[in-house]
Amino acid sequence: MNIFKKTIFSVLAFLLIIGNVYASDKIRIGTEGAYPPWNSKDASGKLIGFEVELAHSLCRYIGRQCEVVEQDWDGMIPALQMRKFDAIMAGMSITDERKKVITFSQGYADEVASLAVMKGSSLEGMNTPAGIGLSSPNSDAKKALKTITSVLAGKTVCTQTGTIHQNFLESGDVGKVNVRTYKTQDEVNLDLASGRCDVALAAAVAFTDYADKSGKSVVLVGPTFSGGAFGNGVGVGLRQASQLGGTLGARDAELLKAFNKAINQARKDGVISRLAIKHFGFDASM
Amino acid sequence: MDLSLMASSLPKLLSAAVITIKLLSVSLIIGLFIGLLFAILRLSKNYIINRFAYAYSYVFRGTPLLVQIFIIYYGLGQIEYFRSTFLWVIFKEPYWCAIIAFSLNTGAYTSEILRSAFQTIKPGIIEAGKSLGISNKIIFYKIQIPVAIRQSLPAYGNEIILMMKGTSLASTVTLMDITGVAKHIVSTTYKPLEIFITAGGIYLLMTFLIHNLIKYLEKKYSFQ
Repeated sequence: MNIFKKTIFSVLAFLLIIGNVYASDKIRIGTEGAYPPWNSKDASGKLIGFEVELAHSLCRYIGRQCEVVEQDWDGMIPALQMRKFDAIMAGMSITDERKKVITFSQGYADEVASLAVMKGSSLEGMNTPAGIGLSSPNSDAKKALKTITSVLAGKTVCTQTGTIHQNFLESGDVGKVNVRTYKTQDEVNLDLASGRCDVALAAAVAFTDYADKSGKSVVLVGPTFSGGAFGNGVGVGLRQASQLGGTLGARDAELLKAFNKAINQARKDGVISRLAIKHFGFDASM
Repeated sequence: MDLSLMASSLPKLLSAAVITIKLLSVSLIIGLFIGLLFAILRLSKNYIINRFAYAYSYVFRGTPLLVQIFIIYYGLGQIEYFRSTFLWVIFKEPYWCAIIAFSLNTGAYTSEILRSAFQTIKPGIIEAGKSLGISNKIIFYKIQIPVAIRQSLPAYGNEIILMMKGTSLASTVTLMDITGVAKHIVSTTYKPLEIFITAGGIYLLMTFLIHNLIKYLEKKYSFQ
């Protein structure tokens, strides 16, 4: 009898805790807080940046309260799946590889990737077009990839771990590259400045933002990249509803619809462009 | 649990264990020399030498290994003057930064282990040597050091295991040791549980081997 009571009690307590977590109406949104200008932290540790402001705007459109929580980049997708939060807004590009495990809302912003070196590097003045698309590369793009392949040979190329940039470097499109991966973009920037990295790859704005704030003479080289391994814009990362049927699955499916609708409205009202211009210095909205 | 993923990641993680073992063994060898040197300095009656050795062990035992690696790797790399010296050839490489940090860290702990071992040598053993007319130098090399090493085996075995686990921090400075490769696999498979359990298993296996090696040595060199 006693054991029976205890069991009932613990099950109830468990349900209560679970219920408490999921009944809360707040949408929790995970971000990295280390990839300015997309998302970063101010001196007091408060999360700031384009996506933090956009998250609160989107939640106003959805009509629910939001809480933006911090999560290291390398654990972002596992944390979403473990329900530590309900959505990712962390400059995460929509790629086929990620779509295997999570789903994305429509894109809200797009931004190109670029190689960067320190001023005075031999890589400066690489002869390539201004930008290449990799979704269906034309002859110019293919030629540019060949140029980059020969330029990068024997160089140490640094990038953040688990990013589209790492995927691209390891895809073989630019040959076999000596890639060094870091936990955060900050660390990539530090090692680029110190000379441990010959060249780095990230979102172009991540480098220009660093150059502005640190005063270091980081310069972009080669073409800007988009499409292909670089995905199709940045969207809100969400759990796949099919992974879990029932109420929780239905909630996830509902959230996807709500975000898509909110992004449509925010775009129409010019909210996304306004925030993009404020943080990027140009209209990166899509 | 995705067992096939665990199986397919095992060869990659095992080949990364080579880096872990390399980092561990090189740091332990350098650390043992540093430890022996500083243990002897600690026993010095000269106040300045004594305090210097104490400060070294205090600083490296009193700060986290991660902080030490970050200072050596990212910190020193920020100093422009430092980058213009010949030392930069060594400090430019993540591998050597990790070796330097690990060696200095384990050296500090080893110096304490050896110091206490020296201090617990029974005076009778040394006096016996003296009464036989053996010189102080020979007593030190042939009696004190071997006895101290034997005394410190259990504690030193512990230090080896702690250091082995400490090498996982090498992944924070871009080295592809077991933990580094595990993180890399997680970044493309998004399955941390399976990968880190497999990686943990390899560390456990290494602990098992080290533990038994020390036990064997203890038995072999026991006084009885």
